[in-house]
Amino acid sequence: MSMNTALSSAAPDPGRAQRQTEVVAALGEALPRAAILFRHEDTAPFECDALTAYRTSPMVVVLPDSEAQVAAILKICHNMGVPVVARGAGTGLSGGATPHAAGIILSLAKFNKMTIDPLSCTAIVQCGVRNLAISEASAPYGLYYAPDPSSQIACTIGGNVAENSGGVHCLKYGLTLHNVLRVRGFMVDGEPVEFGSRALDAPGLDLLSVVIGSEGMLAVTTEVTVKLIPKPILARCIMASFRDIESAGAAVASVIAHGIIPAGLEMMDKAMTAAVDAFVHADYDLEAAAILLCESDGTPEEVEEEIARMEAVLKAAGASRIEVSRDEAQRLKFWSGRKNAFPASGGISPDYMCMDSTIPRKRLAEMLRAIQQMEAKYNLRCVNVFHAGDGNLHPLILFDAEDPDELRRCEKFGADILETSVRLGGTVTGEHGVGVEKLNSMCVQFSEAERAQFLGVKRAFDPLELLNPGKVIPTLHRCAEYGKMHVRRGMLPFPELPRF
Amino acid sequence: MDAQDPALGHLIDQVKSARLSRAPLDICGGGTKRFYGEAPVGTPLDVRPLSGITSYEPTELVVTARAGTSLKDLEDALAEQGQCLPFEPPRFAPGGTVGGMVAAGLSGPARASVGSVRDHVLGVTLLNGRGEILTFGGQVTKNVAGYDVSRLVVGSLGILGVICETSLKVLPASVATETLIFEWDEARSLENLCRWSTQPLPINASAWHAGRLRVRLAGARAAVAAACERLGGERLEPAAAKTWWLSVRDQSAEFFALGEDALARGESLWRLSLPAATALTLPGQQLIEWGGAQRWWRTTSKAEVVREAAARSGGHATLIRGRDRVEVFAPLSTVLMRVHQGLKQAFDPAHIFNPGRLYLGL
Repeated sequence: MSMNTALSSAAPDPGRAQRQTEVVAALGEALPRAAILFRHEDTAPFECDALTAYRTSPMVVVLPDSEAQVAAILKICHNMGVPVVARGAGTGLSGGATPHAAGIILSLAKFNKMTIDPLSCTAIVQCGVRNLAISEASAPYGLYYAPDPSSQIACTIGGNVAENSGGVHCLKYGLTLHNVLRVRGFMVDGEPVEFGSRALDAPGLDLLSVVIGSEGMLAVTTEVTVKLIPKPILARCIMASFRDIESAGAAVASVIAHGIIPAGLEMMDKAMTAAVDAFVHADYDLEAAAILLCESDGTPEEVEEEIARMEAVLKAAGASRIEVSRDEAQRLKFWSGRKNAFPASGGISPDYMCMDSTIPRKRLAEMLRAIQQMEAKYNLRCVNVFHAGDGNLHPLILFDAEDPDELRRCEKFGADILETSVRLGGTVTGEHGVGVEKLNSMCVQFSEAERAQFLGVKRAFDPLELLNPGKVIPTLHRCAEYGKMHVRRGMLPFPELPRF
Repeated sequence: MDAQDPALGHLIDQVKSARLSRAPLDICGGGTKRFYGEAPVGTPLDVRPLSGITSYEPTELVVTARAGTSLKDLEDALAEQGQCLPFEPPRFAPGGTVGGMVAAGLSGPARASVGSVRDHVLGVTLLNGRGEILTFGGQVTKNVAGYDVSRLVVGSLGILGVICETSLKVLPASVATETLIFEWDEARSLENLCRWSTQPLPINASAWHAGRLRVRLAGARAAVAAACERLGGERLEPAAAKTWWLSVRDQSAEFFALGEDALARGESLWRLSLPAATALTLPGQQLIEWGGAQRWWRTTSKAEVVREAAARSGGHATLIRGRDRVEVFAPLSTVLMRVHQGLKQAFDPAHIFNPGRLYLGL
């Protein structure tokens, strides 16, 4: 989030040049020359992931194409004490793949093979395979891979494992964690390892759970066994308008309270609706204070029954307009605006900063009100899209990065949203990860002892802290500095609220 | 959680004192799963005083309960609101607790279709071996802040710390349920289960034993009715069906009871966790669940034979009951054991919590 602290490339330093020569020479023993990049013009494309405000020039980039090469690279780096940052498609939004100035980028883009086993409803997928490619390859068997992060045409399964990616359907179908059986890869010293199994569980501690979402800090993933599920025969979507955000928030709670788990339940506020409608012309209700998209999928009988129940609940919750998709074309039209929320925001502002906190559903309206007040306080606009069904917010703060004061206000706005989310019983990141972006926010959400315990977990896998160092767990010093500027947990308002 | 709470304060004191004297603690709830895992050792640390549902809001689909809360009380509170723990945690005897459920990590018949205990844990408050109260995860479904330690403790058998409180994702109970019976042999049952799993059918649980396959359907009324129509078979009367599935969940069915005679014959009860489509045969009898992914074997085969067969298929075997003096859980690779040791050291440096309950040396 702190965009002004963008790291630029390390200054030219003779020690670094010497070190680079040594590391390149050592890696040359294990890899063809063409798979080792170290000239600045070759490594530049790897300077950042989708969090482009943070850039670091990596010392070396390697592009292995076999597990044996990955093992050899890791052994060499381990022996020489070189930090290793694994990278998939580089679509991450929190800087999880930001390079280390004294380390290598381990690009796993060449690991792009997969095998579908329709009989066991699983696929064995190399880490560089794109998320959507799994569903495309499974489609002939009537199967698909459920987690669908918005970047699914580009992001890789290895990156999904690192971030425990979700998507619009995770309320019903779960996150990456719920759809992965086994992760194969390498420990920091190059030793091969498997977490989970082809069965539904594995002996010992559930290390698969902790490896998924560990942002590349515990092991390097090279192959993933995923679960495939039968493609629903039918999906239909309801678009419902609300005159005020309170009733939209209450409608979300009411759908759930009636025992309905929609396949997707999304909310957009008025400002966002206007922005996306100008972008995709989806005939959205521009008068509504908030719009809900509520989807049902399954067999035609299930969908018919569920859509009728959803409609009744939304009407009772005060929807001012309800439209049910008649066919697939209309359903996709309903979604087109939601799916283009980010690019549409790019169209109305030079820059935007995307937040990713999660709060309990019942506090959605309260949070929206708080954000409205922050807009006035920081004198910046904010448009909102929510994965309302699971309380995951994506407020997009609009600003102009060319204006240093706007950038500064934007950062404070973002930090305020995250701290408010924690205070409301939520978390600073629902699906984008901590990376380098939310290190400060980790000081707010976790105590010193909890952060020390995270470090203990890290060291159990990677004692020398060479895998993606400096991410996820803030140092004591950093939290102390941040604490001087911000109210720390325990001294926050609403001490009666549970923080669990 | 509030460290001023007397019940929690007492636990913290016991842990700190055990740490100083390096005296092992045997973390106990209702004592209903003491047969599971390696033999408990140490001074009992009773977690039951730490009980009660801390918060439950049906519209959030989340319940938070302290570890000593009885599982029955929790499930009753959910049922009042038409909700449930969809993974059907077994109750081997009255008195099981929420903490025990999380520590053992066992799930019932619906596991293959709805997920496991681990899949439904959203957050855990843990008392570690330094006497620190730590909270990981939270009360929201989507949460990727820091490592997912809350799920790491699921099935840990208490070796990392005392589970003090947990938040669980709950679901609405199914509107409609039906159980169908098919008089099919093992091969035909597995083949059909496998085929059905590739189709959008509301199959919630399955169990095959002695020439009979039972399939439970659950979901929307129309979907269940359509599936009954399509699959055929004979419908089991609802009350009888409920009793039958409970007897599998809680292992009260005759199949699971190993009497003195059976034990004297050298029979053991094994749980094999396998890829669903596996063909595997041992001498003895079996009960197959989870569409083929969980197989209970009553067999006189030696442990190494059972373990080897499971491993060859890509799975693993756990000894549930028997007189064989072997490790309960399948041995870990050297690299995984090293990580386990590192984690034990990180959470419980004095090795006071449930030592040896999961593996020797942990």
